[in-house]
Amino acid sequence: MTPKFKAQAGTFESSDIMVLIEPVDEGTGRQVDLSSTVMLQFEEDIKATINQVLDAMNVGHVHLIAKDKGALTPTIKARVETAIKRSLGIQEGTL
Amino acid sequence: MKNVLGVEIPEYIEGIGKLEPYQGVWKSIIEDEVPSTNISRTLKAKKAHTSKVCSSLEDAIEKCKPFDGMTVTCHHHLRGGDGVLMQVIEILDKMGIKDITLASSSLTSAHDGLVPYVEKGMITKIFSSGIRGALGDVISSGKLKYPAIIHSHGGRVRDFLTGRIKPDLSVLAASAADVEGNATGSHGPSAFGSMGYADIDARYSKNVIIVTDNMVEYPCVPSTIRQHFVDYVVNIDSIGDTSKIASGTTRITSSPMDLRIARIAATVIEQSGLFKDGMSFQVGAGGASLAVAKFLREDMKRKSIQGSFMIGGVTSYGVDMLNEGLFKAIFDVQSFDAAVSTSVLNNPKHVEITCDQYANPNNCGAMTNKLDVVVLGALEVDVDFNVNVITGSSGEIRGASGGHSDTASGANLSVIVCPSFRGRLPIIMDRVHTVVTPGESVDVIVTERGVCVNPAKPDLAVALKKAGLKVVDIKDLKKEVDSMTGIPAKKKLGDKIVALVEYRDGTIIDVIKNVTNLG
Amino acid sequence: MAKKKRRSMLYIPGNNPAMVQQAGVYGCDAVLLDLEDAVALNQKDAARILVRSMLKTVNFYKTEVCVRVNNLQTPFGLADLEEIVPMQPDNIRFPKTESVQDVRDFMKEVRRIEKEHDIKDPKMTIHVMIETAKGVANVYDIASCEPRIDAITIGGQDLTADMGIIKTPDGAGIDYARKRIVMAGKANNLDVLDTVFADVNDEEGLKEETEYIKKLGFAGKALINPRQIDPVHEVFNPSEKEIRKAYRVYSEFYKNTKAGIGVFAIDGKMIDAPVVQRAITVLEYANIDIKDIEKSVDLSD
Repeated sequence: MTPKFKAQAGTFESSDIMVLIEPVDEGTGRQVDLSSTVMLQFEEDIKATINQVLDAMNVGHVHLIAKDKGALTPTIKARVETAIKRSLGIQEGTL
Repeated sequence: MKNVLGVEIPEYIEGIGKLEPYQGVWKSIIEDEVPSTNISRTLKAKKAHTSKVCSSLEDAIEKCKPFDGMTVTCHHHLRGGDGVLMQVIEILDKMGIKDITLASSSLTSAHDGLVPYVEKGMITKIFSSGIRGALGDVISSGKLKYPAIIHSHGGRVRDFLTGRIKPDLSVLAASAADVEGNATGSHGPSAFGSMGYADIDARYSKNVIIVTDNMVEYPCVPSTIRQHFVDYVVNIDSIGDTSKIASGTTRITSSPMDLRIARIAATVIEQSGLFKDGMSFQVGAGGASLAVAKFLREDMKRKSIQGSFMIGGVTSYGVDMLNEGLFKAIFDVQSFDAAVSTSVLNNPKHVEITCDQYANPNNCGAMTNKLDVVVLGALEVDVDFNVNVITGSSGEIRGASGGHSDTASGANLSVIVCPSFRGRLPIIMDRVHTVVTPGESVDVIVTERGVCVNPAKPDLAVALKKAGLKVVDIKDLKKEVDSMTGIPAKKKLGDKIVALVEYRDGTIIDVIKNVTNLG
Repeated sequence: MAKKKRRSMLYIPGNNPAMVQQAGVYGCDAVLLDLEDAVALNQKDAARILVRSMLKTVNFYKTEVCVRVNNLQTPFGLADLEEIVPMQPDNIRFPKTESVQDVRDFMKEVRRIEKEHDIKDPKMTIHVMIETAKGVANVYDIASCEPRIDAITIGGQDLTADMGIIKTPDGAGIDYARKRIVMAGKANNLDVLDTVFADVNDEEGLKEETEYIKKLGFAGKALINPRQIDPVHEVFNPSEKEIRKAYRVYSEFYKNTKAGIGVFAIDGKMIDAPVVQRAITVLEYANIDIKDIEKSVDLSD
C-alpha cells in the first residue's frame, strides 16, 4: 500500500512520538527520518520498530518523519499505525 | 590495581599523585587515628586597628599574591545564582595566572562560563562535589588537563585536613559582613541561609577574602565566619542573582509518579522499625525525595510521633515540620529557600552547622553517623545496589555526589527513591556507569514498580513484605523494566580517565572515562 | 471468596501514553482507560489504536483494567469494540446505557467479535454506565438483563446535564439516582460505583462525599487524578477496631470449623455465615491474608 495523503499522529509530549507521513511516488522506497531524546541509546531499536509496522502494513514507499520523546515500543507502533491509516484515508483523523 | 568493586585504578596520576583503591565503606576509616598528613592553620598577624577592607575584588586578590599553580576555593551556597566564582577566575585570568586548581564545594549551572578557561588550560585541575551542564560536557570530552576529582561533602573536609586540597586563596561570598570579615548568609538582601560549606575554607586557606554586597556596621551579628580567619573584605554591587540564590518556599512535587514513589518510601520507613519517637531524618530538596517528608509529616502527626532532628540541605518544608514540633531541631549545612534563611536567623532550634560537623568521616562527631533514616535520589542504580548520581545516560558528567555517600554510610536506613525508567531510559543496570555510593551502604531502593531490599537486610525484607509492600528481587525488576524499555546501546567511551570519584574516606571508588560522541 | 476490591477506579485518557504505560503502578484498585469523553473527537482513532497496543504489552499488575468505549450511536463505538474486545481487558464499560435494548445491541457486537476471534468462555465483564434520566428509570431492568454485567456505575456530570440541572457539591440533583442505582445493583448482586469528584484540590470534600456514598452502599468511586486514590482508600479501608474484630471473628471461626462446630458465639453474640463473610471482606480490605491467620491459630486448646 502507498500512502495517499499527508498525515500525522502522536504528540510532542514526553513518552510519545510524533509521526508525519509524506506520500512519495511509487518506487521511491522508504525514507525514515528520526530524531529522538534517546537517539544515542535507542536509534536502531526505534527504526526497527517503525519498519516492523511498515512491513506489517505492507507500506513500501513512504517518507516518514518521526520526532520521539522517549516513547515505548507499543506507543511507537500505535502512532505509526495511526499515521499510516490516516494517510491511506482508511481512518478518520486529523492532518 | 583493582579496588574492591573491581574497578581498575591507576596507582599514580600525574598532577594528582598516588591513589588508594576503595576497600569498603568502613575499611579505610580507622577509629581514633589521626591521618599523618594532617595540616595546620595558617596564622597571619595583623597590627591593631589596621583595615582589611579593599576597594575592589581585584585589589584584594592582588594583595593575596596569586601565583601559577595555585589552588582557589569557593563555596556553592549561592547555587545557580552565584556571581562570585566567575569574577574570581576572570580576575586571575586578567592577571595572567594559570595552571589553577579550582576547588569549589560544588559547581552549578552558574559556572558554565568556566568552559573557555578549562579549554585554554588556565584551569587545569578541579575538585568538586558536583559538575554539570557545559562544564560537565567539556570535562567529559577530555579537555581538562588532569582528571577532575569528585568528592563527597564530607570528603571535601577530609581532603582539606589531609592536604589533598591545599587552598591558597579562598573567596567566600556572604550576604552580610563587616569590616573585619565577620560574615554570614543568614541575613541581608541576598540571604542564603547556612554557610556550612565555607567554614573549612575559612579555617585552612592561606588567604581568605570575604565578598559581600551588604557591608553592615561592625559587628556583623550573628555571624558564621569569624574575623580571626579573614584576611580581606570587599564590598561589591552584587554577589549574584538573588532569584536563583534562594527564593520563596519549596513546593512539593505534583508529579503523580514521584508522589507514588514517595508514598511507598514513607511506608517503607514506617515499617522499618525506626519510625518512632526520637527518629532522626534527612531528605533531599526536591522530587520524590522531598515528597517523602510530606507523607512522613502526615503520618507523624497521625501517630503522634516526635522525631529528634533533621539534617542536611534544608527546605521550608523541613522548617514547617520543626515549627510544628515534629522534630526537636534542624542541623543545617545548606539552606534551599528564602524561608529557611529567616529560620536560621531567628530560631535557636535551627542550628547552622559546618560541613565538618555534618559529614567529615575522619572526625569524632559527624552528624551523618547519628542518622536513622536518609532518603536519597539516583540517576542509576544497579543489581548490587550501587548508586550513580554523577554521570548521565551517555556517560557524561552531569550531577553531584554531594552528601549522598556520607549520609548513606551513616544512616541506619538509607532509602533510594527513583523511577524504574525515565523517558525510556532504564534506571536499573547490571552495573551503574559510575559508582558514587556503594551498595554496601544502601538498604532499600524504592521504585514505582516495586521495593528492592538489599539482601544483606533479610529481616527488613520480611517486615516490608508483611506490611503488604511489593518487595521484589532487583534482578527480576531489572528484567521487567528492560522488557518495557529495551536495552540501551552501549556508551561510546574512550580510554582517557577524565574524572576520579573519591569515596568519602579518600580512596578511589570509580573512574570516569571520556565520552566520544557528546553533543 | 471475597469480592474484588473496587474502591478506586482511576480514569486515564486513552490517548496519553505516559499515563497509560504507568496505569498499573498508581496503587488504585482499577483503571479506566478512556476512549470516550477524555479523547478529542479527532483523536478517537489514535486513542483506540494506542490502548489496543498498550493492552497487548503493558503489565498492569493486580490493577483491574476497564476500557470505556464510545456509545454505539456515535461513529466510534463499533470501531472501539472491534479493536478492544479481542484484547479482552478485565471489563468494558458501556457509556450512556438507557435501556435493555442498548445492552442487547452492545452485547450482540461483543459476542460477534468474540466469536470471530475464537474467544471461548470470555472472562471479560461488562460495566454499564447510567448517565441519563431514562437510564435511571430503567436501571433495574438494565442491571438484570445480562449476566456478564458485574458493575453498574453512575455518571454524574452527564446525568445532571441530561436533567437540565447543575451538579452541586451536595449532590442534591443526583441523590435519588444514586440511591435507585445502588438498589438496582444490590438487587442483582453487582458492584455499584460512584461518579467522579471534580475538584482535585479539595481533599476534604472528596473524603466527605466518599463517606456519604460508602454509607449508601457504593463499592467504590471513579477518580480523575492519582492524588485522589489515598483519600478514597482511607474512607473505604476498615478502622483498626474493625480489623481487630474481624481478625478475632475469623480465627474463632477457623478454630471452631476445625473442631467441627458450625455456629459459635463471641462475647455472647452468635457468629453466623454473614458475619464471617463480612470479617473476610474487612481483612481483605486491610490486606491481611486469611491464610496467615489460619497459620497463627493455635488448634491445641
